[in-house]
Amino acid sequence: MFSLIPNKTNFDFVGKRYIGFAVSGALVALGLYAIVLLSLGKAKLGVDFGGGANLTLSLKQPAEVLALRQALGADFAQADIQKVEGGNQFLLRVPVANGESTDALGASAKASVAKGLPGNEVTEVGVEYVGPAVSKQLWQQAIWAMAVSLLGIMLYIAFRFDSRFGVGALVATLHDVLAVLGIMVVFGHEFSLLVVTALLTLAGYSLTDTVVVFDRIRENLKARRTEPMEKVVNDSINETLSRTINTSMTFLITVVVLYFWVHVVRDMALALILGVIVGTYSSIFVASPVVVEWNLRSPAKR
Amino acid sequence: MVKRWVVIVTILLTGFSLWKLYPGWFKGDFSAGMKPALNLGLDLQGGTYLKYEVETDQIPKDENGKPKVDPREALDRALEIIRNRVDSMGLKEPLIQREGDKYVVVQLPGDKDPERTQSVIGSTAQLAFKLVSDRYKSLDYVDAEGNTRAKLPEGIELLRDRKTREPMLVESRTLMTGDMLAKAMVDFNSSQFGQPVIAFELTKDGEGLFAAITEENVQRRLAIVLDGVVQSAPVIKSRIGGGRGVIEGSFTVEEAKDLALVLRSGALPAPLKVVNKYVVGPTLGADTIRAGLMAALLGTLAVLVYIAFYYRLSGAIADVALVFNLVFLLGALAAFGATLTLPGIAGIVLTMGMSVDSNVIIFERIREELKLGKTVRAAIDAGYEHAFWTIFDSHVTSLITALVLFQFGTGPIKGFAVTLSLGVSISMFTALFVSKAIFDARRASDTLSI
Repeated sequence: MFSLIPNKTNFDFVGKRYIGFAVSGALVALGLYAIVLLSLGKAKLGVDFGGGANLTLSLKQPAEVLALRQALGADFAQADIQKVEGGNQFLLRVPVANGESTDALGASAKASVAKGLPGNEVTEVGVEYVGPAVSKQLWQQAIWAMAVSLLGIMLYIAFRFDSRFGVGALVATLHDVLAVLGIMVVFGHEFSLLVVTALLTLAGYSLTDTVVVFDRIRENLKARRTEPMEKVVNDSINETLSRTINTSMTFLITVVVLYFWVHVVRDMALALILGVIVGTYSSIFVASPVVVEWNLRSPAKR
Repeated sequence: MVKRWVVIVTILLTGFSLWKLYPGWFKGDFSAGMKPALNLGLDLQGGTYLKYEVETDQIPKDENGKPKVDPREALDRALEIIRNRVDSMGLKEPLIQREGDKYVVVQLPGDKDPERTQSVIGSTAQLAFKLVSDRYKSLDYVDAEGNTRAKLPEGIELLRDRKTREPMLVESRTLMTGDMLAKAMVDFNSSQFGQPVIAFELTKDGEGLFAAITEENVQRRLAIVLDGVVQSAPVIKSRIGGGRGVIEGSFTVEEAKDLALVLRSGALPAPLKVVNKYVVGPTLGADTIRAGLMAALLGTLAVLVYIAFYYRLSGAIADVALVFNLVFLLGALAAFGATLTLPGIAGIVLTMGMSVDSNVIIFERIREELKLGKTVRAAIDAGYEHAFWTIFDSHVTSLITALVLFQFGTGPIKGFAVTLSLGVSISMFTALFVSKAIFDARRASDTLSI
């Protein structure tokens, strides 16, 4: 039998929960700060959210999308480039930094092509500001959807387990989403539709992880009625450690492969890698301790 | 005992998936080879690019000559209406953006019927109910060829019938507009050989207004005018309460469907004009797409190898279940006509990663049961039995998220929700039942490689 985790571990997770609470507090604060940045319009937004500019470039000679992308270089790294069939025309969608003028953008594209594609040149540039593809209305709908689904999940877990667990799962999920959002936004990664998709995925993933630990706690609580809850919870976390780590490992493998292979989805993959790590951490250090803490303050019947 | 229904469902699902993914194979046409029949998004295959100008100078004006809708607001409203129309036509993963002060850019992936799409998006859909004049005759003002004979009287306009193209004199005053419509759907006329008509229902306000109009104008003809063309002009026989009615106009079924769709989505505040129309290539270069597919493949392979290494033979059994999972998921996506984008592919790989979780949960449980000294048979049964509710609960929570996102979300979020809910449901079946069936099919043995 091959195993990454020693057969019997006995870490005192529950006893050390205050360390976890401190770390989590910092992560949540980071997330809240990110939300403030986003609502003040100070975060780096992808074209889908923040709008940007549409450039139409007409080239003198035919060129490939890849060659053009390389010629345009780092300034246009986030651009969507499309070739118009039957011509030497290209459509670009780029995010625009605050204060950058469209004329400068066009001129910079022109200069880059002249330098990067010798013998070719831009004969015509059209630049127009574009609004976000994700309108405010869509955005609000998505936030509503998130809120409703979190509530639904909390109710389901409260129904299947009990209300302490429902709250624990809710707190852990919110914690994970805020932590990853915080790290991504504060460290200047572009906030795009892909990153949002990643946040949704990791919310689901972190819940799965949490439910697995909860399930064992539920089972043990039934069998060991006389022991203090902290002990039962701590043992349950230790017993499920192997599968918690192992499920995270398989998930991590896929995202790491994505991260290194596909540059376009790199930010999404990074968000997911962070999500797996934070999600695993929170099942152990947030979700279960919240249940314990609640129980210590208002002990429920078992 | 192998559960018979699991075997039957697995065979049926495999057949169904292959049929949906490779419809050609079943007709003896192998030219598509291994290329599955999945719709690809803008990022993977490009599509149609349409740039519309919202003709803000043609917004209807009020008595003081001011436009009824603020031009900026008109653009926002046009954007939402276009989005609604594209969504209800079932075109997936479009890109819709405002450009400058008066343009809307629409990109549709691999659009098959651009003419129809354009007419649905571009239809202004301004519906008006007007009375046909009973004082003037059209032949006094225009001849049969349409040449003007005399100046039209005050408050009268000349419109044409959609079917016959015949000129018709109509009072300019609009009695009611499409704003009062609550619903519009295709119905079939029972008296006229089942001809498609558009049945509409009015809002509460519209109901009262319509009743008043019909009461005051019994025996007169009411013209139903859409974008300046008379669709039909029935004679009002009596007061119509209840706020229901139909628009007849010898439509084809498709025309009626499109018309109901544009009426439902509401009128555009101003007409649209196509400024540019291109066929565009994918947003991702061919090399990026290849890298993406490669990563998807490698990611899946890495997971398969890891599980087989960690859990040995049992891991290999889980791998078989995973392959079924992948085939079913792709088949379901093809059946739903979902549009595959690069993030979508990433989503599939992630669903695979998640479904491995279920197997890990089961196997860890079996290991624990074995440590307690149970026999192989008993340990497997206990492992699956105990893990069932764990897996069930964790999958239901994911499903709740997916269904809510599907209900509330639009565009890309909706696409993600479809992949997630299909992935979750399918993985529950393959992880819990397909892999168990394989374990059951092995003859009872005293050892288990896990």
